[in-house]
Parts: sequence; structure tokens; C-alpha cells
Amino acid sequence: MQKVRRSPFNLFAVHAILITYTAIALFPVVVILINSFKSRKAIFRDPLGLPDAESFSLVGYSTVFEQGDFFGYFQNSMIVTVGSLFFILLFGAMAAFALAEYRFRGNTLLGLYLALGIMIPIRIGTVAILELMVATGLVNTLTALILVYTAQGLPLAVFILTEFMRQVSDDLKNAGRVEGLSEYVIFFRLVLPIVRPALATVAVFNMITIWNDLWFPLILSPSEETKTLTLGSQVFIGQFVTDWNAVLSALSMAILPVLVLYVLFSRQLIRGITAGAVK
Amino acid sequence: MSSLRLINIDKSFGKTAVLKNINLEVEEGEFVVFVGPSGCGKSTMLRIIAGLEDATSGTIEIADQVVNDVPPAKRGIGMVFQSYALFPHLNVRDNLALGLKQSKEDKQLIDERVKESSRILHLDPYLERFPAQLSGGQRQRVAIGRAIARHPKLFLFDEPLSNLDAALRMSTRVEIANLHRQIDTTMIYVTHDQIEAMTLADRIVVLRDGVVEQVGTPMELYNNPVNQFVAGFLGLPSMNFLPAEQIGSKQGATAGIRPEHLVFGESGPIDATVVYVEQLGGDTNVIVKLAAGAELTARLFGQHKYSVGDKVKVAVDEDNIYLFDADGKRIR
Ligand SMILES: Nc1ncnc2c1ncn2[C@@H]1O[C@H](COP(=O)(O)OP(=O)(O)OP(=O)(O)O)[C@@H](O)[C@H]1O
Ligand SMILES: [Mg+2]
Repeated sequence: MQKVRRSPFNLFAVHAILITYTAIALFPVVVILINSFKSRKAIFRDPLGLPDAESFSLVGYSTVFEQGDFFGYFQNSMIVTVGSLFFILLFGAMAAFALAEYRFRGNTLLGLYLALGIMIPIRIGTVAILELMVATGLVNTLTALILVYTAQGLPLAVFILTEFMRQVSDDLKNAGRVEGLSEYVIFFRLVLPIVRPALATVAVFNMITIWNDLWFPLILSPSEETKTLTLGSQVFIGQFVTDWNAVLSALSMAILPVLVLYVLFSRQLIRGITAGAVK
Repeated sequence: MSSLRLINIDKSFGKTAVLKNINLEVEEGEFVVFVGPSGCGKSTMLRIIAGLEDATSGTIEIADQVVNDVPPAKRGIGMVFQSYALFPHLNVRDNLALGLKQSKEDKQLIDERVKESSRILHLDPYLERFPAQLSGGQRQRVAIGRAIARHPKLFLFDEPLSNLDAALRMSTRVEIANLHRQIDTTMIYVTHDQIEAMTLADRIVVLRDGVVEQVGTPMELYNNPVNQFVAGFLGLPSMNFLPAEQIGSKQGATAGIRPEHLVFGESGPIDATVVYVEQLGGDTNVIVKLAAGAELTARLFGQHKYSVGDKVKVAVDEDNIYLFDADGKRIR
């Protein structure tokens, strides 16, 4: 197959733009990373310099590990993020399947109702949510966070997945029915694998929001045992307001897990975003 | 024993009526083809027979049992879809076996049936492959094999050949005809390709806008269409229609003449001018314009040297003229 021919100028322009954008996007991350390995003095004397033999220091990292229960926070964040993602994807996909596949009275209305949450930020209901959690005794539990994030992520998930589920071939589902597969098998074995790119897209969008969220951990579960990483790092800022080493080290470590998850999902993600475009 | 009986079937989606009062009885072993233009309700009809869609009213009987409330898998049907619809996560062998496994048949029987399907459709070399590793023609053969494996009482085909290229379509069509001869099971086949309909069918059902226009053997429909729609739908090139008075008929509003019934000669009652010629090798299609204004397509056997602008005299045997009234109903 012949490749589409591009003028060298276009090629150059495209790459120049992309490289510039990458540099701008990565700059703060790189600054955080290099400074997290420097001594406090070196950070202020030369914020952009690379750590050398003299300025290299792991003091930030050791402070983080000594002062707070870093691994505990990390684990909490992991549990909350993975748990919420699981429920968002499971319930979102199930609702989307029902909306896309079955004709019933009020289908469109229900779809609109479920999508309404996209436009109304869940934080508006914070007080009510807090009262609810107090009443149910869920304050200071990870369950509270998982429930709230699931509710927060579902509207967009249902909306996106419904669109994708509509595109799954009717013939395939009907073939399953003729061969005697149950609706559950059709959903899990035939439809879900086909919409996997869409699932990954929804997962990545939600993952980043949940991982970085400070609001709900601060309000619903600020206790020491249930602190998430973001909240934990924030506490470093409060405690060591002058100790930038600890803050930068905590931030550097908080980036890693999202990065790993992102790499895992990214191939699917790009397919999800471009699926409509190339079809 | 009747294999399939449809009694007063109606179907509407919301307010739009898609099928209107369909009645049909299919004998055991018959090959029935549903034809009609796009959107006339053929697929909907088939899905109702399969149980994938509920009829708004009416009764469906398969093998003399009312099946209105029986789920698709228990109706004893095998279905082949236009887009093949193979299960992408299973290899060919498992695709063939899945239906039997779902109905909890014993392993030995499943093995036998898979072997049988695979033999009939020449799938042996592909049994371990996944659908993505097969060509379009091979996939459609697997889809047919999957339907056969369950030994259904009734086969349903929804435009199974329309995703294949011309050559493959022809050979698969022959394969389906052979299959019907071998296993002798009732087949219901939906298509909008009239060649498939004419060559495969024992009986053709012509649908238009959800109404059955006519049911009959291919030759009955070709020779004796009940109305202008059926007359125009079957035959290639399709029947010529012109105002009846232009060929001097006193009766009827519209006259219909099949292209092969127009005769060109030295003498003939109608004067015409050639406006277009298609040389097909075996046949020649000549489009002529009558002095009275109508354009007619004539199909002449063999090769003829006409060129645009030639004056010709056209004759038609009186018996070969169809006459329709203003509503399109045939009056002669
Ligand atoms: N789920 C549905 N909701 C509303 N209308 C529908 C639905 N399915 C089909 N229809 C309508 O019913 C009519 C018949 O559709 P059907 O698919 O049976 O046509 P068809 O004869 O198979 O056409 P084709 O040859 O193009 O496949 C069409 O007008 C279509 O718009
Ligand atoms: Mg159709």
C-alpha cells in the first residue's frame, strides 16, 4: 500500500506544533521531578537546574515516608479509584445496554434523566451527601468515597457507552439469541469486548478525576486511616509549609500510579476516541 | 403438514405500520423467497418468524405449534444474517457447536454435528481459525454451517449474499440451492435481488410497503403478475410501461410489454427511433422512442448492429401485452 504523501513542510510544522505542546505540558512535571531530588537550598538557588553530586538529596522522600503513612494513603487512593472505576463501568455499561437494546416505555426519558448528571456538578449536593453519610454511618470510610465517585461518574459513562452500544451489530446479538445465549452472556461475552475501547475511554477520564480529587476525601473521610494520597500530600503542605522537598516528593510519587494505569488503557483509549472518526 | 403458518400478522413500530395483515402458509421442504424493495418489511417479517421481534397481532405457527411466546432458541430455527454475525471470541468449531452446547446436547452428538456441517460446507481446513482470520465467503459458509448444526426445522436467511462480490455470490447461491436439495428442510429466504429469488425459490412472496402483493412460483409471477408492481419488479431489464392508447389499445390505462417481446422488423405497426444501444455480447438492449412519445427497452437475442438515430418498425404479439387499470391492477 502506498503511503499518503505529505509535503516536508507540513510534516515539519505538525511535528513542531506537537513537540512544543509536549514541552509545555511536560515542563511542570519535569520541574517537580528534578526538584524532588534536590536539597532545599538547591531548589531555591537554581529551580531549573538538574541535581548534581552536590545538590542531590533524597531528604524529601525520606520525610514523606517518615512523617505520614504514605503507603496507607496510597493504598486508600488505589482502593477508591479502582473500586469506583469498577462500579462505574459495570453499572454504566449495564444501563447503557438496556437503554440501547430494549424498547420500553420511557426509554428516552430515562436516558435523558441519567444524562442530566453530566450538567449538574455533584458537589452542589455536598451538604446533603454529608448528612446522608452521617446518617448511614459511612463518614470516614472508603465506601463513602466509592459511592460518591460512582454516582459522579455514571452519567457520562451511561451517555458515552449508550452511543457505542447502539453501534454494536444487531445481527450479532440476534445470532446469540437464536443460538440460545442468555441476555447476560450476550452482554458480557459479545457486547462488552466490542465496546472495550469505549470502556477504556470512560475509565481514563474518571480515573484522573477521582485520583486527583481533594474535595470529597477532605469532607467525607479525612480521618488518618482513610486519607487518600492527594489529601495526604495536602497535609504535607500544611505541616511543612516551608519544606518543599516533601511536597515535591509526594507529588512525584502520586504521578506514578496514574501514569501506569494510563499506559495500560491508552491503546484502547485512542481507539475509543478515534472510533467514530475512521469508521 | 405445514412448516410455517402466518395468520393475520400485523406489526407496527409506534404509529408506523410496517406489516399489514400478512397471511402465508409454507409447506414442509419448500424454499420460499421474500422479495420487495428496500424498507418494505422483509427483515421485520423474518425477525418476527424468528421471535426476535414480537408481532403486534396475529399468530405464528412453526410445525403446527403456535410459537408466539416461544423464545428464538426454542423455535427450532436456524438463522443466517447478512453481516455473518459470527461470534468473534470463538473459533469456527466453537461457533458451530455453540447452539448445541447451549441446549445441553451430549458431546458425541455435538462432535458429529460439527463434522457434518463442516463436511457439507467444506470448512475442515478452517475449524481452528477465528472469524477475523476468514474471508467474507468463508465467514458466510461458517454462518450457514452454524445454522445447519442444530438441525433446525426451519431455516431463515436474511440477505445472506449481499455482502459478497458478484462471483462469490453466484457460487454461494449455487451452494445454497445444493444445500436445500441435500437436507430438504424448509427455507425462508429474504433478498431484494430478483435473480436470487427466481433461481432459488419454489415460491416467491412479493412484498410492498408491508403488504403481500402476490405469492406464486417464479414463472407464475413472471407470466401472470396480478398488478403493475409485481410485473415491474420481476424481469431484467424490467417491463416497459406506457400509456395504453399509444399502442392503440382501447382498454386499460397502462400497457406493459416485456423487453424480450418486442420484435424489430421491416414491417410493424409502430414506428420508432433508436436512442440508445447496449451491446452485452449475448444480448443486445436497444432503447427506442416511439413516435407517440414513450421510450421502450427491447432485449434482442444475439448481436445486432443498430446505432442511435436508426428508424425501426416495432411489432408486439397481441398476447404479450399486459394491461393495467389506473390503480395498477391487471385487467389482461
Ligand atoms: N426498530 C425499529 N423502529 C422503527 N422502525 C423500524 C424499526 N425496524 C425497522 N423499522 C422500519 O420498518 C420498515 C421495514 O424495515 P425492514 O428492515 O423490515 O426492511 P427490509 O425490507 O428488510 O429492507 P432492506 O431490504 O433495506 O433490508 C422500514 O421502514 C424501517 O424504517
Ligand atoms: Mg432487511
